[in-house]
Amino acid sequence: MTAVLFQQVSRHFGAVRAVDNVDLAIAEGEFFAMLGPSGSGKTTCLRLMAGFEQPTSGHIEIFGETAEGVPPYRRNVNTVFQDYALFPHLSILENVAYGLMVKGVGKIERLKAAEDALAMVKLPGYGARRPGQLSGGQRQRVALARALVNRPRVLLLDEPLGALDLKLREQMQEELKSLQKSLGITFVFVTHDQGEALSMADRIAVFSEGRIQQLGTPEEVYKRPQTRFVADFVGSSNVLPPDFVESLGFGKHHASLRPEAIALGDGPGRKPFSGRVTAASFLGAASRVTVEAAGARVAAMLPASVAVPAQGDTVTLSFLPEDLHIMDGAR
Amino acid sequence: MRSDGNASAPLGLKIAAGAGLAFLHLPILLIFLYAFTTEEKSYQFPPPGYTLKWLSVAWSRPDVWDALWLSVRVASISTAVALVLGTLCAAAVSRTKFFGRETISLLVILPIALPGIITGIALRSAFSFVEIPFSFWTIVLGHATFCVVVVYNNAVARFRRISGSLVEASMDLGADSFQTFRHVILPNIGTALLAGGMLAFALSFDEVIVTTFTAGQQSTLPIWMLEELVRPRQRPVTNVVAMVVVLVTFLPILGAYYLTRDGDQVAGSGK
Repeated sequence: MTAVLFQQVSRHFGAVRAVDNVDLAIAEGEFFAMLGPSGSGKTTCLRLMAGFEQPTSGHIEIFGETAEGVPPYRRNVNTVFQDYALFPHLSILENVAYGLMVKGVGKIERLKAAEDALAMVKLPGYGARRPGQLSGGQRQRVALARALVNRPRVLLLDEPLGALDLKLREQMQEELKSLQKSLGITFVFVTHDQGEALSMADRIAVFSEGRIQQLGTPEEVYKRPQTRFVADFVGSSNVLPPDFVESLGFGKHHASLRPEAIALGDGPGRKPFSGRVTAASFLGAASRVTVEAAGARVAAMLPASVAVPAQGDTVTLSFLPEDLHIMDGAR
Repeated sequence: MRSDGNASAPLGLKIAAGAGLAFLHLPILLIFLYAFTTEEKSYQFPPPGYTLKWLSVAWSRPDVWDALWLSVRVASISTAVALVLGTLCAAAVSRTKFFGRETISLLVILPIALPGIITGIALRSAFSFVEIPFSFWTIVLGHATFCVVVVYNNAVARFRRISGSLVEASMDLGADSFQTFRHVILPNIGTALLAGGMLAFALSFDEVIVTTFTAGQQSTLPIWMLEELVRPRQRPVTNVVAMVVVLVTFLPILGAYYLTRDGDQVAGSGK
């Protein structure tokens, strides 16, 4: 069943088209990522799902029911806010029990449910504290428990890991993923971090300027970007100009080529090209080398076992033809 | 040089500060002293004798009770009106953006900057222009003009500190507008409203100037005291009443001070 359906949805703020003619269908139980830079419309889409914004035009359905005009408190959808938005005047337990309290669930029952939810996010026994006494990572877990205790059919996460440090973020990525699997709830999350989207999501919608540039599995979006924007934003792929692509014998098109698909030297079945090294940096597990080749700047990611070429050297690089992705609809 | 709180001030400054405070507060003690004097026609220092009889005289005079009761009613109703209007106004100005917002904010605050006599004259001419007879309600209207400002100022500062996503979070969790106000907004602005309300009550309770223009024949307590001063007999009764007024207005202001002092813990959601 379709959990969230957008049909030609637009949301304009005056002359600004925050969301412009977006179509998407999120399946039940899916872990769906909306990826894009700030101002690309991904957060507005999330707010349209939550009910904080109403579409200027178009149609939204949540589990088959029309969502336009339905206020946030009548939607079976809960949000984990970017700043967590925990109530400062309530204890952690009361925070988590809030949704049940306003729905009129009895005190004993709702506090029991809140305890269980805290245990689920690995914060048992924290109920008596205040939000101000918790660390950022703990507050994020409380925000998660507060949303999940209501058993929403869709959980919306707005940059859920943005404020956490790298180590904590990686840990939370895994926990969110396994939580989503065990609960079977549809997760929709907004992020500007392509690594996060690629590692967690079942499908990704890449946003730019209020429109969806590409919608697909992480592998599709990563390996076969449909537009220059996607190629560049999702993992900084090389976008090769038509003249350069034609000189390699692929026809006059824009094309994308991932840095890690390029190797030093030539080999059987590979396409070689030569260029002058303009920059080279050692990154630990790999080295990043940028070459100037026939009017195109090409970045290559070489394994650490290969000696890093010096700046100014002329080198031969090659790639497998199937790694070059022609972008027909290049914009 | 950093002032770290425990550096000692020079002796001259200490004396000057002490003298300043004494100048501010000793005259009030003098008022208290004259409430117990045996001399009833003039203020003579030192008092020729001490007595408690003025307390019972004041207690048994009906005009004192009428004035006191009128002042309490006016202050209560003005404060109630101010709490509702001031909170609504603060919510509108701090939570939404609309054309003319800054102007409205300024217009709301203006009455407290305006001299009371101008507010008084303006209200009086407006009342007579639309032929509203002077009554209890015209006094309340006059007092509400500055009570609203006090509540508004307290509430708007607190509203600005409540993170906007708290309201959205509450709605998201299933609370309608009323529940959100009751469970999220009110607990966060409650102390600010209490402080603003107490201040408004105290301001209304001792107001003279606007009241003289809007009261007609009735006397609030401060007006009654003003009238008593020109009468030669039973002067210490005024002092007894003054003592009561000081206590009645001082306690709420002290309360407001303690309530807003610790306001920092009621912040929005921290990141």
